[in-house]
Amino acid sequence: MQKTSKFSLFDVINTLFIVGCVILCLAPFLHIMSVSLSSNAPIVSGKVTIYPIDLNFDAYKRVFADITMIRSLLFTILLTVMFTGSAMIMTTMAAYSLSVNSLKGKQLFMFIIVFTMFFSGGLIPEYLLMKDLKLLDSMLVLILPGLVSPFYMIIMVTFFRSTIPESLNEAAEIDGCSDFGKLFRIVLPLSLPVLATLSLFYAVGRWNGFRDALFYITDQNLYPLQLKLYQMVMNNMISEVTLAEGANASAVEYMPESLKAASIMFATVPILIVYPWLQRYFVSGLTLGSVKG
Amino acid sequence: MVRKSYVLKHWQLYIMLILPLAYFFVFKYLPIYGVTIAFKDFNVFKGISASEWVGLEVFKDIFSQKSFYVALRNTFMLNGLDLVFGFPAPIILAICLNELRLQKFKKVAQTMLYLPHFISWVIIGGIVYQVFATNYGMINLLLEDLGIGPIPFLSEKNAWLATYTSVGIWQSVGWGSIIYLAAITGINKELYEAAEVDGASRLRRIWHITIPGIRTTIIVLFILKIGDMVDIGFDRPFIIGNVMVRDYSDVLSTYIYRIGLQSGQFSTATAVGLFQAVVGLVFILTANYVSKKTTDEGII
Repeated sequence: MQKTSKFSLFDVINTLFIVGCVILCLAPFLHIMSVSLSSNAPIVSGKVTIYPIDLNFDAYKRVFADITMIRSLLFTILLTVMFTGSAMIMTTMAAYSLSVNSLKGKQLFMFIIVFTMFFSGGLIPEYLLMKDLKLLDSMLVLILPGLVSPFYMIIMVTFFRSTIPESLNEAAEIDGCSDFGKLFRIVLPLSLPVLATLSLFYAVGRWNGFRDALFYITDQNLYPLQLKLYQMVMNNMISEVTLAEGANASAVEYMPESLKAASIMFATVPILIVYPWLQRYFVSGLTLGSVKG
Repeated sequence: MVRKSYVLKHWQLYIMLILPLAYFFVFKYLPIYGVTIAFKDFNVFKGISASEWVGLEVFKDIFSQKSFYVALRNTFMLNGLDLVFGFPAPIILAICLNELRLQKFKKVAQTMLYLPHFISWVIIGGIVYQVFATNYGMINLLLEDLGIGPIPFLSEKNAWLATYTSVGIWQSVGWGSIIYLAAITGINKELYEAAEVDGASRLRRIWHITIPGIRTTIIVLFILKIGDMVDIGFDRPFIIGNVMVRDYSDVLSTYIYRIGLQSGQFSTATAVGLFQAVVGLVFILTANYVSKKTTDEGII
């Protein structure tokens, strides 16, 4: 019943407001992209806004010539794939077992897991544990501590319980199907949406993760892209701000603005490429999560 | 016929639980045991168990330090700013998005507005330091054209608070609107039609139908947000903050990192962490209780 098709003043203002929001949302990215593609003179004189001036790719040539950047990118891709794969296997195992209603001890297991969402030892005990386990400065320290997210696991349990018909499980059981058999032949084939969504959740979390690398990694060969970018670009920018006031501004290593911007773009583009899929699955994932267990 | 016990019959389920439970034991519960060093004089060479007990000495120490209270105050202050400015933003955005007539445009706008949510804080930090820079940042250049500024968005404490808050809104407003849009979808369409027949204007319909329709969602999320007041992420204050504004940007999470990992005061940092965890737990449980009492909805 859309009988009022007239575009009122309200609609005009509202549409303009949303257009404004979208521009505010995208302008910073356009600006960084423009800076990365411009030459130095127009940048420092403040002429570059949201389109490049003196278009050139010199900054990108320098980024791609930096072997440590490329290595960091490849390392992060490998890390993300390995982390996502192992996290999904662990999460699925836990979620499937806990989704079986008759499982004895289910309440206790659930409590053990959910409790960790609300109380944790904190940074220092975790750091000391990694140290005792000899995990510091290894790839494993970026994989193992995050293998099962209780939150994602609950989303998966809820999905298994609400979408797999009980009758299907019973029929399989009568036919002598084992629990493994049910998982592989019934549950997993019917759960592709939740598997895709949660894989993306884990992958994006790992790709964007910075904190754990800052805490646990000192070996530059094991820098994930975010930490690499932080050490290379952010540190430089922060010292510019903090030293600009003092006399020792020359202590900051000079780095052209376009190179900083190109490095930022280098880390942003991979996310932009997968964004169309991300967006679709993430939104559906959010609605999956809102179904109460 | 002997009836096999449940565990024997479903041994496969228990096999699958072994690794995940072992994971939680090692990576979540061992650190909780490690919290005991908050009550010890931790010695790196002796390890956690062999270090000597000192009772509440460490806590007496932190409660007498000014920097601890600064970090605690800043945690509440930054979370408070997020609550005052960041909480209403996605509600307003969701209502405006819902009122859009062109469904195509709505879809496109949503896709664009969700984007910042997927960008890491390091990248956002890089963008912020470029866009808000005092000399040649885009924002200060725009302000200069208007005859204002330059404003030291990154190095002056009060201006930095505005930067921190607005960047947070920029990053989360689109994503945050999803949950409200979902709630709006649940409102009975007939109410709008009836109101239209009665001659209610668009603003009146928003005020009398949309907002009451999502009231419960707003209240629940508001209470839970208050429950999270002591909890603050590490990345955002750490990356957007800097030494110039540390009086305002140093929060519990960055304070723990600084005194713990950078200065090696393990016991002190652990005690601060434990304080934060316990107070945080009390806040969350209280919020959950209040939420259940007022709206029948909670998270636990």
